[in-house]
Amino acid sequence: MSVSPDLNRRTLLRRAAAAGLLVTPAAGLLSACAGSEPAKNDDTGGAKSKDNPFGVKDGSAVKVVVFNGGLGDQWAKEDMAIFKAKHPNITVNMSSTQKIKTEEQPKMATQPSDLVMNSGADSMDRSTLINEGAIEPLDDLLTAPAWDGEGTVADTLLPGTVSDGTQNGKFYVVNVAYTVWGNWYNAALFKREGWQAPTTWDEFFALAPKIKAKGMAPYVHDAVHGYYPRWALMAGIWKSAGKQAVVDIDNLKDNAWKADGVLKALEPWEKLVKDKLLLPGKLDHTQSQQAWLDGKAAFIQVGTWLKNEMSATIPPGFELTLSDYWSNPGDKAAKDVYAGSGEGFVVPSKAPNKEAAKEFLRAILSKAGSAKFAELTKSLASTKGSGDNVQDSALASANALMKNAGPDLISVKIWDFYADLDKESQNLSEELMAGRLTAQQFVDKMQAAADKVAKDSSIKKQTRTA
Amino acid sequence: MRHGVARFVTGFLALPVALYLFYVVWPFAQAAGYSLTDWGGYSDRQQFVGLDNYVRLLSDELIRKAFWHNVFFLVTVPLFTIALALLLAFLLNVGGREDRAGIRGVFGSGLYKVIFFFPQVLSLVVIAVMWQQIYRADGQGLINGLLIKIGLVDADNPIAFTNDPEPFLGVPAVLWWLLLIAVWSGAGFYMVLFSAAMQSIPKDVYEAAILDGAGRFHTFFRITLPLLRDTVSVAWVYLGFIALDMFALVYVMTPSQGGPNHASEIFASVINFNAFQKGQFGYACAIAVSLAIFTILLAALQLRITRRERIEY
Repeated sequence: MSVSPDLNRRTLLRRAAAAGLLVTPAAGLLSACAGSEPAKNDDTGGAKSKDNPFGVKDGSAVKVVVFNGGLGDQWAKEDMAIFKAKHPNITVNMSSTQKIKTEEQPKMATQPSDLVMNSGADSMDRSTLINEGAIEPLDDLLTAPAWDGEGTVADTLLPGTVSDGTQNGKFYVVNVAYTVWGNWYNAALFKREGWQAPTTWDEFFALAPKIKAKGMAPYVHDAVHGYYPRWALMAGIWKSAGKQAVVDIDNLKDNAWKADGVLKALEPWEKLVKDKLLLPGKLDHTQSQQAWLDGKAAFIQVGTWLKNEMSATIPPGFELTLSDYWSNPGDKAAKDVYAGSGEGFVVPSKAPNKEAAKEFLRAILSKAGSAKFAELTKSLASTKGSGDNVQDSALASANALMKNAGPDLISVKIWDFYADLDKESQNLSEELMAGRLTAQQFVDKMQAAADKVAKDSSIKKQTRTA
Repeated sequence: MRHGVARFVTGFLALPVALYLFYVVWPFAQAAGYSLTDWGGYSDRQQFVGLDNYVRLLSDELIRKAFWHNVFFLVTVPLFTIALALLLAFLLNVGGREDRAGIRGVFGSGLYKVIFFFPQVLSLVVIAVMWQQIYRADGQGLINGLLIKIGLVDADNPIAFTNDPEPFLGVPAVLWWLLLIAVWSGAGFYMVLFSAAMQSIPKDVYEAAILDGAGRFHTFFRITLPLLRDTVSVAWVYLGFIALDMFALVYVMTPSQGGPNHASEIFASVINFNAFQKGQFGYACAIAVSLAIFTILLAALQLRITRRERIEY
């Protein structure tokens, strides 16, 4: 989620080769992933017990791959220590990388790692993994006893974590971080100027001239990665048109994008662009975040990893404060907050030591592990109470936002379900933010793209019920 | 052949040929094989679908767009790179004053050679990252900052560079900005190539021309260019390959790798999307195979057209 698409030469060359540089097209890399003998799974295993619910074999080894992005990888090393304390005779081979897909995808069909954190810009497409049977359902992890608490693992998770990791009725992806999205502002600045943080679009448009009068842009956005503005657009659609509208969109229902309230949610964005309330320039995520920290703009929308990502350059006295996305009068679900679990671990179906992988997940989701996670990353873990002992203003504002949240968490599946619609919605979001599309054109084009996917028989369809 | 020579030659060639067959020809064949399946890339399940992928490819709008963008590069990259490289090579070798010592390049040509060649020693990704700073789309960018300071660009409306899909001469602006980088980074190498070729042209040919009163313009078009024909033609083929690739620049520099809104989509970015994001390796292989066929045909055509009698000095 929080990852800059940075590159190194090796990866790029590899990617270039894979994408078919002329002389030897895709072939070279493709052949590397060709199918062969599936790894033999020796099922003898160890004895199962409350402390070892999956029957991990003593003396075995488990290979864990961690995504080393905005959250770093120190927390995972802490989890390793927790795991080793209970299972001293199991070898943990942990490595961390930003290039999950580049390094893990070629191994998936033959000799994968046991536990892979499938996260970041270079992650493997989740629907493809599931459709190809490449990752293991982990429903038994949910029913296993919690590592260091009462009840089962499922009991310790924050709302939404199980459904975020579920597809086609099975639980596949164990998200370890919990993210809240919204509009960020500098509370110290607002106090100094006597500005009130808006909760509705009308309040924002009333405040905007005052911000402009201070020589500041009211809003700054990431103009390079379309999934940034898309969070805000989709959250607005949920608030305005209600949960069912987004569920229909995700399920590719006929005319889902034309439902009542969808257009209304996008019109304020069209107005924001037309009224020139955006900071000029086409900045990427860190550039726009830095511009916001430099006081060039009053608001930016992004998730709670912001503080960790920008920690090196936050000016003294700057109070990062998260507020909910703005709503309109008459919205169907104005109080629902965009929050959810992210940073998902998966266990490849052909992993040689799946039992140990699941046991390691249990350690990650432990009380001790999640507390370390929140402490080190300044982000909430996907387990209950991880942030209780962390003192931090950004984390506190996110907690406060969650306390006042409506009955449902905003969640959108369409970009996990369909790569085509992922790309299209990113592109169109940026077109809307660049003022090259009106809200109406955005809706029409998304509808057309959804219809095209619905008709395409080469794409496997997904459904969500809740 | 004398006894033993055949065995000697075979002994030397067997290993490289085997390596070549295994690592180049065999993957080629495999890619062609995958292109007839619906393989997703993450499992060992695949179904034979015949030519379905190729039929689908013909009606894919994105591929049509990518095709025309590649054609744009195919025309412009060789044209501008060779023109610039020829001009530089000419100036550095024979463009200077002629005196008793004979024909020479412009003053300081040794230094210029190093400077112009420099981009060639940088990896393409380094170049792309460097140009990201040059092209940065606000007042902190090198170009924007400068132009805003001297008042040529409005601070409220900086140049968007690779984030600009608006057409210029009918082609999205982002492609022109990428073209500039490609030409800048490629011209140095071909300058050296042409310099070497020019140095093999005997000086007395030039001297004779100058004695007959030919100026720089005429020496270049009547003597240098015709005698460089072979080298230029080879350069054209190489640059054609580069133009059909362009992946690194598009991948690093454009929003959503082919954007904004598909304005810089090329074959390689479409292959990348289908294989690695959409999980349709079979279809991606079909595009790659088509691209390979297209490239081979193009190279053959190119060499055929430019083939001519060699001139011996």
